[in-house]
Amino acid sequence: MSVDNKQHIGYGTYILVWLALLAFTSITVTIAGVSLGRYTLFIALSIAAIKSALVINIFMHIRFDEPIFKTFLAISGATLLIIFLLTFFDYIYR
Amino acid sequence: MNNHADSAVHQIHRDDVGAKMGMWLFLFTEVLLFGGMFLVYAVYRYQYPSQFHLAAMELNTAMGTFNTIILLTSSLTVALSIAALQNGKKILSLILLSATLLFALMFMVVKYFEWTAKISHGIYPGSPELLAKHNGQILFFGLYYVMTGLHGLHVLIGMIVIAFMIVFVARDKVTTDNYVKLENSALYWHLVDLIWIFLFPLFYLIQ
Repeated sequence: MSVDNKQHIGYGTYILVWLALLAFTSITVTIAGVSLGRYTLFIALSIAAIKSALVINIFMHIRFDEPIFKTFLAISGATLLIIFLLTFFDYIYR
Repeated sequence: MNNHADSAVHQIHRDDVGAKMGMWLFLFTEVLLFGGMFLVYAVYRYQYPSQFHLAAMELNTAMGTFNTIILLTSSLTVALSIAALQNGKKILSLILLSATLLFALMFMVVKYFEWTAKISHGIYPGSPELLAKHNGQILFFGLYYVMTGLHGLHVLIGMIVIAFMIVFVARDKVTTDNYVKLENSALYWHLVDLIWIFLFPLFYLIQ
């Protein structure tokens, strides 16, 4: 039979991550009500990035999985970033 | 992970890493699909910042927040269902998967009420009321319907996939030693959650 020697994540870790995700959600909703001008979008996106890092690392097991999946993820993230940067350079300096 | 059989000739070949690799590659095409839409959103929000703020005020933040909580919780239950199966607790795994399905259904019900409320106020793509508004607001609602609509479609597909997993676990097609199908379905579901994590602040939290 197949030998599964990966470490399994326990229930407790998942529940802690879920609580953290809920906490970040309440923070982002609360902050949205406060007027912070130009920083509002930056803060909202930073919190979304932290939340997605938690989901990707723990819920999607990327932290404990084969390194090749991390490489895949990095490549797709970099591709998206380059597309965004190039589009905005084009758009802003047009 | 090592799937090579030492002795058994009849060992069915299984490549769990390959299966997951295929799933991740598929997820990246999904990321690029939504990424393109986020790019359109970013450019138009940059072009019409005040119109986007004005239009976003009409969205129901409470409903959006509630749906965020539902989706995060459904992500937890699907992750826990894998942990339960790894521990050999089939019934618990089935209960958790059913809970995931229920949360997904709740998400769609909230979405239904949200959309019907907007439509009954005359705001839907191509409606006279919407077309009378400023360009930036037309774009905002166009993007809102397309992006949350495509996301909703993903939720529906995810529900079908999870329903299949419930059947597979119940019939022992997915078991403690062979659960890569469940893992891949969970990956899909987490991606649906991830996209919502970005949709939520961009559409509901512009004040």
